[in-house]
Amino acid sequence: MPIKTVKEAINDALVQSFENDKNVILMGEDIAGGKGREQYRGTQDAWGGPFGVTQGLFTKFGGERVRDTTIAEAGFFGAAVGAAMTGLRPIVELMYVDFAGVCFDQMMNQAAKVRYMFGGKQKVPMVVRTVVGAGFRAGSEHSQTLYSLYTHIPGLKVVAPYDAYDAKGLLLSSIQDDDPVIFMEHKRLYMTSCEVPDDLKPIPLGKGKIRKNGSDVTIVAIQRMNLFAEEAAKELENNNISCEIIDPRSYSPLDEDLIYTSVKKTGRVIIVDESNPKCSLASEISSLISENCFSDLKSGVIKITAPHTPVPFSPPMEDFYIPSSKKIGNAAKELLNA
Amino acid sequence: MLDKNKLDWIYNKLFTIRFFEERIKKIAKEKSVPGYLHTCIGSEAICVGVMAALNKDDWISSTYRNHGHAIAKDCNLNQITSEIYGRSTGICKGRGGSMHISDFDRGMLGSFGIVAAGPPVVLGAALQEKINNGSKNSVSFFGDGAIHNGAFHEAAGLAKLWNIPMLFVCENNGYAEATATDWHLNTKELSDISKAYDMIAYSGNGNDVFEVFNLTNKALKESRNKQTPIFLEFKNYRFSGQYEGDTQLYQPEEEIENAKKNDPIKLAIDNAKNHNLTKDDIEKYKKNALDTVNSAFDFADTQPWPKGEDALEEVYVNYPREVN
Repeated sequence: MPIKTVKEAINDALVQSFENDKNVILMGEDIAGGKGREQYRGTQDAWGGPFGVTQGLFTKFGGERVRDTTIAEAGFFGAAVGAAMTGLRPIVELMYVDFAGVCFDQMMNQAAKVRYMFGGKQKVPMVVRTVVGAGFRAGSEHSQTLYSLYTHIPGLKVVAPYDAYDAKGLLLSSIQDDDPVIFMEHKRLYMTSCEVPDDLKPIPLGKGKIRKNGSDVTIVAIQRMNLFAEEAAKELENNNISCEIIDPRSYSPLDEDLIYTSVKKTGRVIIVDESNPKCSLASEISSLISENCFSDLKSGVIKITAPHTPVPFSPPMEDFYIPSSKKIGNAAKELLNA
Repeated sequence: MLDKNKLDWIYNKLFTIRFFEERIKKIAKEKSVPGYLHTCIGSEAICVGVMAALNKDDWISSTYRNHGHAIAKDCNLNQITSEIYGRSTGICKGRGGSMHISDFDRGMLGSFGIVAAGPPVVLGAALQEKINNGSKNSVSFFGDGAIHNGAFHEAAGLAKLWNIPMLFVCENNGYAEATATDWHLNTKELSDISKAYDMIAYSGNGNDVFEVFNLTNKALKESRNKQTPIFLEFKNYRFSGQYEGDTQLYQPEEEIENAKKNDPIKLAIDNAKNHNLTKDDIEKYKKNALDTVNSAFDFADTQPWPKGEDALEEVYVNYPREVN
């Protein structure tokens, strides 16, 4: 089976979706790159976005469907809403999720609400592909995750894959989905790889995944935090602590049953979220667990998140900001008095 | 004729910025500093020419391509460098990094990583000056890519409607990230964008530090006298890529070669004799600038790292419990 990086898997899913449906288009800033200089050095597709994820699409599918935009997110996000309502399946790239602020209205008040407000006649089958995550020394305005910002809005779906397999399968689904989907790609995961079958079927949104079976403690890990959860779980085996790792993969809809089943089995929960703690996915999942599994809990739910600060630039501070396998390990030991 | 002190300042700053950015390019290649780096080689004359027309405490905003603005705004070079190295003695205590070099004590409202975030903020500072009968000038720097963004247009509209004296300074360096300006521009000239707001606009050669200085001086006076915003476009060339590490495949070699003929540093050297400066003077400026830059990098390299917990400081002015 072919080994693919997350970056390649996303590119594959895009190519496959373009081939399968002529209504799929892609818009974003420098998603091809080199606009206006195509005559030189064969520089179409000079960038493929800042991380090279969309490289080759312009050459393969042409400028009518793969459209470089100006730095005008409100404009092309709004255009995606209109194009989606009238028959296209636009994918728009928000270069960093930190830029959400300049085009949030189009997602919060238009994409999310037109179907509901206008009597259920419209659908908005668009996908926002965006880059999230700290650990790149990219400072406060290029490092956030903001998962809960979109998850809070009724009408939007939110997906955040961890590995290449899920990235491909979930992106295929997101593009086929008839609702607006925010598809979050973690910049520190782009170059990680795993086996991804060429004929991978779309993975339904709202289905979580048990990444590791265990019996003592449930670790609910959000996107890159699965890496630290896996590291911690391995280490904890030395202490005879058996961890079950749950990767929800999608946050709206959320696979609540998968989480509850695990919690009922272990009675102990650690939630790991790279976001700021207030009104976060971690606090949401924690609250759902206490509402639905209270009598099964052997102790209080533990949340491991970033602190309530912007993402700092300097490496020692940024490393302090990001949750770690050590913090997870310590929390698990505390839960089990080990 | 410019007085000798001003000339010394202009030439020292031009060379300091160039040598600083060349050193940044070098350490970027060596990957010896963390994070994204955006250099401003080719923008030196705009940074220095505009700042030469401003007072030390005038307000400006900058962008992620801010090293030149910060240096020309007389921010401490050791602290700038230390910030880029992520050290605790950095100008933003290591919290900002290269994309956010800014010192409020030098009139810098901020260096923003979001395109077109600056113009509305500068509008606010200018509004404050107007309301309080203040005397500080207000100048927003942004690139040609920003002129398509709503924040720029909304600030321009309000500035004109409210008769706010301020300068919108657009560095038209030929590229919005990896996209050529002549492709993304809808109007014939970039400055035509100001017509939508009936705003006075001037275009100048952004490679000629003296033209930038004179035009900025003129615009500042006119803006104040007429109580109106003015749009200034300075044309130059972005020799650097969008960021360090950018392959720049989209920047044709012949275009780069052509642009070198108008390199702002070269033009300044060519112009030196018009200002009664000798070759010796130029050599002195160069040596002085290089020494300053070298000692800033030596300084930064020896500075202490912040502690992880320092991340928790100064999120708020006041907060009833500790941030954690």
